[in-house]
Amino acid sequence: MPLISYREALNQAMTEEMERDDRVFIMGEEVAQYDGAYKVSQGMLKKFGARRVIDTPISEEGFAGIGIGAAMAGLRPVIEFMTFSFSLVAIDQIVNNAANMRYMSGGQFAVPIVFRGSSGMAGCLAATHSHRLEAWYAHIPGLTVMMPATPADAKGMLKSAIRSDDPVIFMEHEVLYPERGEVPAGEHLVPIGKADIKRPGSDVTLITYSRSLKTTLAAATQLADEGISAEVIDLRTIRPLDLDTLLHSIIKTHRAVIIEEDWPYCGVGAGIADRVTQRVFDELDAPIRRVATKDAPVPYNRALEDSMLPSVPRIVAAVHDVVYR
Amino acid sequence: MAQAKTEAKPVVNRTQALVWLRQMMLIRRFEERAEMLYQKGNKIGGFFHQYSGQEPVAVGSIGVLREDDYIITAYRDHGHALARGMSARAGMSELLGKVTGCSRGKGGSMHFFDVEKGFLGGHAIVGSHVPLATGVAFALKYRGEDRVCVCYFGEGAINQGSVHEALNMAALWKLPVIYIVENNQYAMGTSLERSTAVLDLRLRGATAYGIPGITINGNDIELMAKTTREAANRARGGEGPTFIEAKTYRYKGHSISDPGKYRLREELDSAMKNDPIMVYQNVLKQRGWIDEETADKMRDEIKTEVEEAIAFAEHSEPPSLDQLYEDITVAPFIPQE
Ligand SMILES: Cc1ncc(C[n+]2csc(CCOP(=O)(O)OP(=O)(O)O)c2C)c(N)n1
Repeated sequence: MPLISYREALNQAMTEEMERDDRVFIMGEEVAQYDGAYKVSQGMLKKFGARRVIDTPISEEGFAGIGIGAAMAGLRPVIEFMTFSFSLVAIDQIVNNAANMRYMSGGQFAVPIVFRGSSGMAGCLAATHSHRLEAWYAHIPGLTVMMPATPADAKGMLKSAIRSDDPVIFMEHEVLYPERGEVPAGEHLVPIGKADIKRPGSDVTLITYSRSLKTTLAAATQLADEGISAEVIDLRTIRPLDLDTLLHSIIKTHRAVIIEEDWPYCGVGAGIADRVTQRVFDELDAPIRRVATKDAPVPYNRALEDSMLPSVPRIVAAVHDVVYR
Repeated sequence: MAQAKTEAKPVVNRTQALVWLRQMMLIRRFEERAEMLYQKGNKIGGFFHQYSGQEPVAVGSIGVLREDDYIITAYRDHGHALARGMSARAGMSELLGKVTGCSRGKGGSMHFFDVEKGFLGGHAIVGSHVPLATGVAFALKYRGEDRVCVCYFGEGAINQGSVHEALNMAALWKLPVIYIVENNQYAMGTSLERSTAVLDLRLRGATAYGIPGITINGNDIELMAKTTREAANRARGGEGPTFIEAKTYRYKGHSISDPGKYRLREELDSAMKNDPIMVYQNVLKQRGWIDEETADKMRDEIKTEVEEAIAFAEHSEPPSLDQLYEDITVAPFIPQE
């Protein structure tokens, strides 16, 4: 299998989908002539031309809405946010229009659109440019939320997102763009709503997604040295949650820790812990623990920023708590 | 104040003119009866914004569109939907929250939809549908079609950022969209003078973006039609968007609960003396296209049509409770509970 980067995998997904379906186009700030702020759309203008790779003015609310309108009229837009931090100025369009349109119209209109772009804490970008908004979007019935952690998933998930008939929030992680991995060439589809066991284990279930997968896998390796066997589950899709895969694992391990890069209060892990507890409370030998980003705005200073992220020591400590060792 | 009158030379033939008169009467009657149902019997809930007084704007402009064109508007949407040919039955059923409603009881007064008529909704976040209209026009141009999208909004919406972002991109990309601003003088209780530093809306919505802008008396139905036709021809010819400010006046409160204390009784009375429906009826009478008797007959037919729509709505089923989860997504929806 070819070894390519997460960034190239995303580019491949868009390129392949645009080749097979003329209704697919990409629109956003700097996606065309500049080749993408993070170079995800590199070379696409040259390949597809200005009709299908479209630079916009700095008007997130406007072009998010334009994408939704185009989707209502039968196209399949891929709308790039330079980063999801900037989607905050477009949130009315995403929540009120993309997510609600099908319902409000009694099923008459579909909105097959992908909003994608980088997300998360990339380092020294401070409070405005480091948002993790997965919990915000996962809150909304009508939206699908996907967050790939590996190059292979990046490709397979984005292709599925583009083929979805519903609006998808597709959050990439800025620090993952250069990560390399084996990615199947050509048709490779990862189904929406399917989690993936990235490391099997029997003593504790570690539930994570996006860039925290790497930290979690490193923690699992360290735990193995101590004789603790951790199963690592990569959610991949945040909404709808693959609850079955989680329950299956927890029924086996009886313990769970959720590792997430968003804030703790009302974060993704809070919703997962609630749903798991409602169903398998009796199977749990310890309360579910969460390792989230600390509850402060994101600071500029690198040491401060690093201190708030889920880290191997924080994950290991949480696991010790739930295995009582 | 927008005086209702019409051009000396008719821009339509007799048949078309009578259809328009009838549509305006239908919209008026539909809302009068709906208001009664709202006030008595608690059959309609939520926000309910009436179009009364503004009928020529929707009827005249929609009247010159093709069947394959698109229309999108704000929450004051009953008039546009009926002008586009939505049945009174589907509209009334929606108001009563029935499954036979135009949005299956999920949208209500502010969110009428009709995919078959290219009616892309009623939208209730002020200004929020203006980018959608622009995106629809983007799709039409992308596919190389000569269809247009007509987008209605109130003058209050001109103060929303999303509107300006959309106007700019429509002009930049020469999209086939017609923006019709229905300037009924008030955004809820805020008059134009109290909300915009520049009173000439063309300067803000057209000149600023290099879009051709025109201000007209929107209550002159045939002028409305003529102006829209010209804009549609420009759009179909690849010349891009047009901005039309249609001056008009709303007779009712902003919504049903508004007693309208921000305007003088005399202002309303003088507007109502020029009721555009009566004015157009008189114009058609002068042309010899209709007489009193035919007009009365038309009114009677409409009364029957609306009563029949109410009966239909009343006898229709409400959505079953399990339909709460229906039509959220195209893919099977999994409630995250
Ligand atoms: C974003 C937003 N802010 C406020 C409101 C409440 N609101 C509903 S209608 C309205 C006035 C809008 O006036 P205008 O655009 O002139 O349209 P008209 O009601 O006169 O048809 C306001 C403030 C809203 N629906 N959406």
